Amino acid sequence: MTKLSSRDWGNLSLAGLAIIVAACLPWSAGAYNLTIGVTIAMYTVLATSWALFSGPTHYISLATAAFFGVGAYVTGIGIQHLPYWSLLPIAGIIGAVMAALVGLATLRLSGVYFVIFTLGLAEFVRQIITWSQNISGTKGIYVLTSINEADIYWQLLGLAALVWLIGWLIGRSRLGFALRIIGDDEAVAKHSGIDTARAKILLFMVPGAVAAITGAILAPRYVYLEPSLAFTPMLSFQVVIMALLGGTGRLWGPLVGVIPFTFLWETISASFPNQTTLLLGLCFLVIVYLLPKGFVGLIDALRNRLNKGEAWA
Amino acid sequence: MDVVVTGLLLGGTYALIAMGLNLQYGMARIMNLANGEMLVAGAFVAFWFWTGGQISPLLTVFLVAPVAFLLNWLIYVIFLRPLAKRAKSRGQLEVDAILTTFGLSFVAVGLMLAFFGGEYFSYSYLSTPVYIFGDTYGANRVTAFLAAVLICGALWLWLARSRAGMTIRAISVAPESARLVGIDVRRTAALAFALGGAVTATGGSLISTFLTLDASTGVIFTLKALVIVIMGGVGDVRGTIVAALLLGLLETFVARLIDPGLTLAAAYLLFVVILLFRPQGLFGRPTA
Repeated sequence: MTKLSSRDWGNLSLAGLAIIVAACLPWSAGAYNLTIGVTIAMYTVLATSWALFSGPTHYISLATAAFFGVGAYVTGIGIQHLPYWSLLPIAGIIGAVMAALVGLATLRLSGVYFVIFTLGLAEFVRQIITWSQNISGTKGIYVLTSINEADIYWQLLGLAALVWLIGWLIGRSRLGFALRIIGDDEAVAKHSGIDTARAKILLFMVPGAVAAITGAILAPRYVYLEPSLAFTPMLSFQVVIMALLGGTGRLWGPLVGVIPFTFLWETISASFPNQTTLLLGLCFLVIVYLLPKGFVGLIDALRNRLNKGEAWA
Repeated sequence: MDVVVTGLLLGGTYALIAMGLNLQYGMARIMNLANGEMLVAGAFVAFWFWTGGQISPLLTVFLVAPVAFLLNWLIYVIFLRPLAKRAKSRGQLEVDAILTTFGLSFVAVGLMLAFFGGEYFSYSYLSTPVYIFGDTYGANRVTAFLAAVLICGALWLWLARSRAGMTIRAISVAPESARLVGIDVRRTAALAFALGGAVTATGGSLISTFLTLDASTGVIFTLKALVIVIMGGVGDVRGTIVAALLLGLLETFVARLIDPGLTLAAAYLLFVVILLFRPQGLFGRPTA
C-alpha cells in the first residue's frame, strides 16, 4: 500500500462530509421522502457492491435477489432466537459462503455459465424454501420489531460507507491490481502468475455478503415475509441496470445511475404499473446501444471535450 | 413405467426448444436470453387461433414458423449484427448479447402483458386418453412429442446431409476458416439465428397444447433450454436430444416423487453436476 496523497485525503473527507449530510435526511424530510431515501440507499449499496465485482471482471451477476432473500430470511427466522445486532454479521457470513460456493462452481469457467447460473439461483433458493415450508406446514413469517424507517436508513447508509471503503481499499490493494489485469486480458493475467479463479471468487464474496446484509436490514420493513416477496427476480435486474446506467468504472458511478433510475421507476410504477417490465427492457437496450460506459463515460467524454476546448483557446 | 414415458414425452418437446436455442447459441454465437419469450409468443398464437377459430395448433405451426423466422432474422440484422461488428473479442460480444437479449426479452414480456394481460392461458386440445404399455396419457402430449420427433429428425438430417446444413455446422466449428472456403458467415449466422427462433416458436405452439403458460413464464423455459444446451454440449445436436430427454425424465421423477414445485430446482441441480464434472457437455472433449 502506498501512502495517501493530499488528494486522497481530500476525497476521503469530501466523501465523509457527503455521508454526514445524507445522514441528516430523516430529520428534514417527510415520510414519503424518507421512503424514497431508503430505496435509494438500498440500491446504492446493492449496485455499488455489484459493480465492485462485475465492473472489473465483466461477469454479469444476476444473483443479487438470491443473496438478498437469504439475508431477509436470516432476520425473519433469527429474530425470534437471537438479538438483532448479531443477525447482520450472520447474514453477511452466510451470503459470503454462498457466493464462494457459487464462485467455486462457475467462476473457473467462462462468463456465460456464471450468468446462467446466477439467473436461476434466486428461483432455485425460492423453490427450496417454498418446499421446506410446505413440508413443515408454515406459510410466511412475521417479522415484528421496533425498528423504524429511519433506523433502516441509517443502517443502509453505514453499509454504503463500508462498501465504498472496501471498494477503495480493494482498488489500492494487490487484489485490485490483479483484477484490473484480469479485466483487461485474462490470458495475460494467468501468464503473469495470477490465480484468476481465486481472485474472482474472493471478490464475488463481497457483493454476496453485502446483498445478504441488505436483505437482513430490510426484512423488518416487510413485516410479513414470503418467498415470492423476498426473492423477487426483478431486484437483480434493477441492480444491474442501475449500476451499468451509472457506470462501473468509478466507485461513485452506480450512485449516479441509482438516483435518476429510482425516480423514473417510482413515476412509471405509479402511473403505468403494468409497463415496468417494458421500461426495464428499454433501459437495457439504451445501455447497450447508447451508453455503453454509463453516465460516468458521458461525464468523462464531456470533461475531455472541455479540456480540449481550453487547450484550443 | 408411466413416469418414464411421461418424462420421455416431456423431454421430446424440450429437445425441440433446446434445439432452437442451440442453433442460436452454438451456430450463430448469440446467447439469446429472449428465447423463452419467442416460445411464449408461439404458444400465444396457437392459443389465439384455437380459441378464436378452432384452428388446430398443428396447422397454426405452419404460420408460426415462417413468421418467427422472419422476426428473428430482423432481430438479428437490426440488433445483433451491429454488436457482432463492434465487438473486439468473443467475451465482449457475449456480454453485449446477454444485455441486449435481456432487454429484448423484457420488452417482449412488457408487450405481451399489454396486449394479452397477465392471466394464465390454456385450452383443451386433444385431451383424449391414449394407451401406451397399459397406462393412459393425454393425446396432446403424445401428438406434441411425435411432432417434435419429426421436426428434430428433419432438422438433424438437414444439418447433417444438406449443403446449407453443412455451412451452418462449418461456422459453428470454425467461423474464421469458414470464410476462407467461401462461406458467407454473416448471412449463414443470420440464417441459423432465424431458424433457431422458428424452431423455438414451433415448440411453443406444441407445448401450449398441454401446459398452462402466462406472459412471464418465458424465462423458465430459457433457463431449461440453456441447461440442456450446456449439458448436451454447445453446438452438438445429438447431445442436445439426449440431455433434453434426461431433463424431462428427471423433472417428471422429481415432480412425482418429491414435489411438483421443485422442477426447476431439479434442472438446476443437474446443471451444477454438469458444471462440476463435465463443463464441456456430455459428448464434448475437454478443450485446453
